[in-house]
Amino acid sequence: MFKHFINLELKAFFRSASVGKSIGLKILMGFLVVYFLLVFLVLGIALYPLLEKNFPDQSPLEIVNSFVIFWLAIELVFRFFMQSLPVMNIKPLLVLPIKKESVIHFVLLKSLISIYNIFPLLVVVPFGIFNIVKGNYGTLNMIGWMFAMYVLALIVNYANFLIKKKFAENIKAFLPFVVLGMVFFGLDYYGVFKITTLSGLVLDTLVLQPVLILAPIIILVGFYLLNFKYLKSNFYLDSSLQSKVEEAKTTDLSWTKRFGEIAPFLQLDLKMIWRNKRPKTTVWISLIFLAYGLIIYPNPAYDGFSPFFVLVGILMTGVFMLNYGQFVPSWDSNYYGMMMSQNIPMKQYLASKAGLMSVSIVILAILSTPYLYFGWKILAINLACALYNLGVNIPILLFAGSYNKKRIDLEKSPFMNYQGTGATQWIVGLPLMLIPTLIFYGFYKLVNAEAAIIAIAIIGIVGLVMRNYLLNKIAAGYTKRKYATLNGFKQQEN
Amino acid sequence: MIQVNQLSKEYKGTTVLNIENLEIPKGQSLGLVGNNGAGKTTFFSLLLDLIQPSTGNISNNGILVNASEDWKSFTGSFIDESFLIGYLTPEEYFYFIGDLRGQNKADIDALLEKYEEFFNGEILKNKKYLRDLSKGNQKKVGIIATLIGNPEVVILDEPFANLDPTTVNRLKKVIKELAENPEITILVSSHDLQHTVEVCDRIVALNKGVIVKDIQTSTETLQELEMFFAV
Repeated sequence: MFKHFINLELKAFFRSASVGKSIGLKILMGFLVVYFLLVFLVLGIALYPLLEKNFPDQSPLEIVNSFVIFWLAIELVFRFFMQSLPVMNIKPLLVLPIKKESVIHFVLLKSLISIYNIFPLLVVVPFGIFNIVKGNYGTLNMIGWMFAMYVLALIVNYANFLIKKKFAENIKAFLPFVVLGMVFFGLDYYGVFKITTLSGLVLDTLVLQPVLILAPIIILVGFYLLNFKYLKSNFYLDSSLQSKVEEAKTTDLSWTKRFGEIAPFLQLDLKMIWRNKRPKTTVWISLIFLAYGLIIYPNPAYDGFSPFFVLVGILMTGVFMLNYGQFVPSWDSNYYGMMMSQNIPMKQYLASKAGLMSVSIVILAILSTPYLYFGWKILAINLACALYNLGVNIPILLFAGSYNKKRIDLEKSPFMNYQGTGATQWIVGLPLMLIPTLIFYGFYKLVNAEAAIIAIAIIGIVGLVMRNYLLNKIAAGYTKRKYATLNGFKQQEN
Repeated sequence: MIQVNQLSKEYKGTTVLNIENLEIPKGQSLGLVGNNGAGKTTFFSLLLDLIQPSTGNISNNGILVNASEDWKSFTGSFIDESFLIGYLTPEEYFYFIGDLRGQNKADIDALLEKYEEFFNGEILKNKKYLRDLSKGNQKKVGIIATLIGNPEVVILDEPFANLDPTTVNRLKKVIKELAENPEITILVSSHDLQHTVEVCDRIVALNKGVIVKDIQTSTETLQELEMFFAV
């Protein structure tokens, strides 16, 4: 049975309208993966000697054990944003004589192949071997430890699966986890309750008593079964089994009329975002990203100023733009044919998208002003980045959109609908963040920081002044490629 | 009103549509019949400039559809559910289309009132999004939306499919009323010979992309068509 599933997946990938883009992204991802594999391997090899040298009076294994809990927490957050979960188009399979169990097992086991499960191995195995060679612990004990570490990573894998699933349905479900994590971090930081010590002790005991490895294995099986149960109870099509139909709430959006000709599209976009889970999530993510600066600015490594801050500024003010803009016009893919047979000026359609993104940038820029606390330069960089996003990045995203051929199914059941919620969506945004950073770096090195900030701002203003002209050009591209776009949007994909 | 010249559409060497010449005068109601794969939807997609012809062209009221977009303001069409916007309520959808076609809210309300019987109380003021309506009810919304903004050309692909018997009869009445208006040209496709013959002045039968029959409707038309499609 699994053979059939794999066969179907390969065909779905190679026969999709966007196969070129997908392969390109996969190659880019490949390079990044190789890079990170090397980084982790080096870390794994260097970890033991480093710890031994810096903390000669402590056992390296005990130090590592006490930090495992943090590692797992960070891994969970990282996976949450970066790991795209395996998806499968279940609709055609529902009525076939295939056991639901085997489809679910396939999906769950497929997630094990993920590269994210290899990274911990690269650290754990060399570190474990060091411990064996140095003779501190028995070979069997260390093999047990390595195995336990890997099982912990897999637990994170399935925990992420569950959380992501819940989060897709309801953002509030994610909050308790964040609060819980912060409480434990706080208690540990102020020495009230040392969760690191506790978890370290547990793992130290595990090294001494390899039989205890059964405990993480049981937890892993538990998580697997939880996922299994969850997926099984959701293994239905919404439309046929929906118990309650969502009551339509009509909101008065007549205030958008003041925007003139783009008003109908603006209303449509706002409704699209608010009434569909997928785009709604992008709004929440934007707000979460505003906190990004909190992690970066106080970091002493940057000494209060760095060209890297441009990247942070672009991301913080433009995160909605990035997440929303890169899927224009796919958001409207379900009814693009209708749009194309109506008398709509392509430019107004695009102007509405640009307007929506502009508003988001302005709002995010205003919300980021409290970062003035970290110095006026940071505020200036963020505002310059906002201008750059407005003037340059919006037209770039809209232009790239004219090559978008991938359908987004807004109405698909939330069962495994994770399109565009993985690492790829951030990679697409990389050039948009790196180019201004490089420009800034150039001016910063040649002249000074003030000149660099002004340069970024001016480039943005020039783009803003030219927006009308650019939109005309871009609209022509959309019209020219509309047949290819329509054809691509017709394909149902996972 | 609509003039087709040397039109053909090929997919990788297979010709799916080949119409040398077809002229549809203003005010006519034309029924397009044919088996699956006969090229009905392909023809409508070409007419709406959703796909590109391999050769030839179509002009709508003297405007080449793939050269200018001016035909869109007087052409209303409904191909399938992909023409609907699932996350809108029916009212919002009608107002949106109205906005695009330069109609105000009062115009739309007047139009909707006229077709209240056709909706059978299942569409308006139901607090449901289009995606939560049944296929048949979605179709009702799509069909009436084509009439927004007083179009001179109305294109309906398979309007009778998925509808209940009562609604089919009401739809026939609606189409007949439209057909009586000399300003409106109607194109309807269907598998159902009887429905088509009932509402159209002229029937064009397609088979494998080629016009095989082109007849003015008379009392013998249905029989003639049934003979042709008999196995």
